[in-house]
Amino acid sequence: MKSVAVTNLSIALGMGANVANILPDLSFEVEKGECFGLIGESGSGKSTVLRCISLLLQHWRGDIAIGGTSLRDLSVIDRCRTVQMVFQDPYGSLHPRHSVRTVLQEPLKIHKLDRRQERMEQALEEVGLPISFLDRFPHQLSGGQRQRVAIARALILEPDILLLDEPTSALDVSVQAEILNLLSDLRRRRGFTYILVSHDLAVVDYMCDRFAVMQAGDIVEVLDRSALVNDSATHPYARELISASVAYDRAS
Amino acid sequence: MIAPTGPILNVKKLNVSYRTETGYTDAVRNVSFTLGREKLGIVGESGSGKSTVGRALMRLLPSARITAERMDFEGTPLLALKEKQMLDIRGRRMSMILQDPKFSLNPIRRVGDQVAESYLIHFKCSKAEARAKAMSMLEAVQIRDPERVYNLYPHEVSGGMGQRIMIAMMLLTDPDLVIADEPTSALDVTVRLQVLNILDTLVSERGIGLIMISHDLNLVRNFCDRVLIMYAGQVVESLKASELGKAQHPYTLGLLAAQPRIGGSRAPLSVLDRQAAWETPLEAVQ
Ligand SMILES: Nc1ncnc2c1ncn2[C@@H]1O[C@H](COP(=O)(O)OP(=O)(O)OP(=O)(O)O)[C@@H](O)[C@H]1O
Ligand SMILES: Nc1ncnc2c1ncn2[C@@H]1O[C@H](COP(=O)(O)OP(=O)(O)OP(=O)(O)O)[C@@H](O)[C@H]1O
Ligand SMILES: [Mg+2]
Ligand SMILES: [Mg+2]
Repeated sequence: MKSVAVTNLSIALGMGANVANILPDLSFEVEKGECFGLIGESGSGKSTVLRCISLLLQHWRGDIAIGGTSLRDLSVIDRCRTVQMVFQDPYGSLHPRHSVRTVLQEPLKIHKLDRRQERMEQALEEVGLPISFLDRFPHQLSGGQRQRVAIARALILEPDILLLDEPTSALDVSVQAEILNLLSDLRRRRGFTYILVSHDLAVVDYMCDRFAVMQAGDIVEVLDRSALVNDSATHPYARELISASVAYDRAS
Repeated sequence: MIAPTGPILNVKKLNVSYRTETGYTDAVRNVSFTLGREKLGIVGESGSGKSTVGRALMRLLPSARITAERMDFEGTPLLALKEKQMLDIRGRRMSMILQDPKFSLNPIRRVGDQVAESYLIHFKCSKAEARAKAMSMLEAVQIRDPERVYNLYPHEVSGGMGQRIMIAMMLLTDPDLVIADEPTSALDVTVRLQVLNILDTLVSERGIGLIMISHDLNLVRNFCDRVLIMYAGQVVESLKASELGKAQHPYTLGLLAAQPRIGGSRAPLSVLDRQAAWETPLEAVQ
């Protein structure tokens, strides 16, 4: 089990006149084995935070430590075994000309793991896809099927920390239930640590212990999950977002 | 233009099969529905054929076999049209917001220019006017700093910005029919409600028809007029949106039970016990 500590993280993105300070100065801590939620305004920088932690973006300032070790001190190989990410846009994260087999096999080869066929089949089974899908290409899959391949790829290396960017928003709620049950179960059995981005506060309530509310690149408040029901948020934006979500959830 | 009466869409026994190495596989079977000036939701299992229905209506499936007893848009049989005639309809009189917005945009052109372009293609005006139109639409869909976002490339926008850029593009061309495939899944609830309001106004004031493909049961229940439920390529149930709670089909019941709730239990979520019988052909549901 590993913790995550993000300290004074900042990054500017864009080119020329269009450069913008997307994350001015951000800090938060995730305990080992915790599921930590990131919620907030669309465009506020949630995916950017995850892309910094996964080193998909490298030119940030500040410090990110995994289990007490600074991320930049880990070798590439160790980092991949430690941190995996499920992307918000499954289409973009899968190579269009790579079959599902190639997608799942690649990390197994790089990390020299044995029993490859068995591991691939198990990973597909866990996300509820038939083994025959190993020979499909991304364009032959529905949106939700692509997302499940992306989840299978992240799980196959059994990482300590999973960064989940809207992992279930492209799935129908019955498949979502299966994936959330799987993720909860993995956390219990293997002690995974999660950072979960979601716009669905019911999912956040189900999965997370604590969550941070983001607006325009800043964390405006970190709250316990109980804040969703006992109205204890204090920042105006956090209050607005939570009450709108509760109304949205109850209006039925 | 829109005939004052009659449905916008009339679909009877639509079937779609994809070509694969091993022959054709069915993705949509015997789907029938009509659409008036209303909001029709389509929910259903991942992979059940919802996007395929939308793309078949737009004739965006070059490698698939599409057949239907009827697939009429404002009285025009879509399957009989030549691709050249389809070009006048697609993107102008009927518009689709695709499920993966960032990847349906051209990766090497600025998103704002692409929005402006979609206006220029169908309407006579100067580049500057198109640019101003595009900018005002980005604002209308609640993008925080439209000037900056106008100049970004698709990979530089957030998930929810991509969805709103597609919506802005669609709004500019002023269509009669909009097929929106998961248009708001990456939006926070506050922005989502504002965007839904814009779509709602199009239906109530301009009288367009809207098909809303979504996994969000709250959205479908509260925003749509009617809902089709799809499973394994078929429509297994058709309901008034407000009566979603009175659904009968075991798939729909399973969906409703699988939804987590704020303040709900943390026991394992209820999952479906999928039955092979749900896949057997049905008589077309009206
Ligand atoms: N490569 C880039 N170049 C320029 N700007 C970028 C780049 N990547 C992201 N941004 C900007 O950073 C901001 C935050 O984007 P991010 O994707 O992190 O938002 P988000 O909180 O995940 O939003 P959503 O909920 O819509 O997915 C946006 O304004 C976006 O335009
Ligand atoms: N080009 C293709 N070739 C072969 N099969 C395809 C192709 N595109 C889609 N399919 C298959 O057709 C079925 C229906 O896909 P579709 O994208 O319509 O599903 P969907 O209901 O939109 O699902 P989701 O909710 O996951 O987006 C799926 O099983 C998918 O794997
Ligand atoms: Mg994002
Ligand atoms: Mg789809």
